[in-house]
Amino acid sequence: MSLKPKVSNADHILGNGQADLTIVEYGDYQCPHCGAAHPIIKEMMAELGSQIRFVFRNFPLSEMHPYAQPAALAAEAAALQGKFWEMHDAIFENQNLLSSRLLLDIAEQLDLDMSKFKSDLQDEALQDRVDGDFESGMLSGVNGTPTFFVNGQKFDGGAEDLVQILGEN
Amino acid sequence: MLQKNDVAPDFTLYATPDQKIKLSEFKGHNVILAFYPADWSPVCSDQMALYNEMLKYFKKYDAEIMGISVDSKWCHMAFAQSRKLHFPLLADFEAKGEVAKKYGVYDEEEGECKRALFVIDKEGVIAWCYMSPTAVNPGADGIIEALENLKLK
Repeated sequence: MSLKPKVSNADHILGNGQADLTIVEYGDYQCPHCGAAHPIIKEMMAELGSQIRFVFRNFPLSEMHPYAQPAALAAEAAALQGKFWEMHDAIFENQNLLSSRLLLDIAEQLDLDMSKFKSDLQDEALQDRVDGDFESGMLSGVNGTPTFFVNGQKFDGGAEDLVQILGEN
Repeated sequence: MLQKNDVAPDFTLYATPDQKIKLSEFKGHNVILAFYPADWSPVCSDQMALYNEMLKYFKKYDAEIMGISVDSKWCHMAFAQSRKLHFPLLADFEAKGEVAKKYGVYDEEEGECKRALFVIDKEGVIAWCYMSPTAVNPGADGIIEALENLKLK
């Protein structure tokens, strides 16, 4: 199964934007497996970030995880102020405390313009962006979170398997 | 297993303890039938929970999704409540697996439905089908692609 649409500048990109190796994660901020994958991905990027273009797309399972969608919106609202990855990291690092209050607290700690942040959270365009990510995951064959794609092909395994394969190559 | 262009066999199964669903009542709408082995088993829960998140996308294609397993209506009710599912789970319970057998997706050895997907068009004809390995959650990309193709017809 292949990734649709391909990675573009509209995506949130970490590491080397010109790298030959592209890894895309579809994730849910309240999913415990995504929370467990987060430090593994962080370590991978710390070691190999110069050789990897890493992308995160939202795949909130809202019925199962009531804070997945608000957290995704918070990350996107932070992105509008240039702090997507800071928000992304902070949410995963505090996943066990996830609440509406936590999202606002993180935004404050990141020194975001709070009135803009709060109004962006209500913006339909932001909702559309998260929905667009979800829809792209659905079309790409995402069957749970996290799901990884390596150079556009679905990877059958978790973050640890991914790191192991990269280590072997 | 029945294939594309086969007429989808009609059936009447319990969807709740006091309500039955008849497939032919859905003529004029697309139907997604998701046969799965068992309520509560980990892969199935993930698969049904995944579809539960996608209902609004299925609606866009005028498609109704229904899960089918050999579990009883009461078991389905508890499972659906536990996972907050907002679509019907049909009980292929008596005679056990009769509908799955008609569709050619019954696992005689386990006494369960295999993990199989059918997209049925508005005339009640199978437009797409897929048999997944039992341990693999097939996701929804094939379903969406089939519905997209129906839209283009």
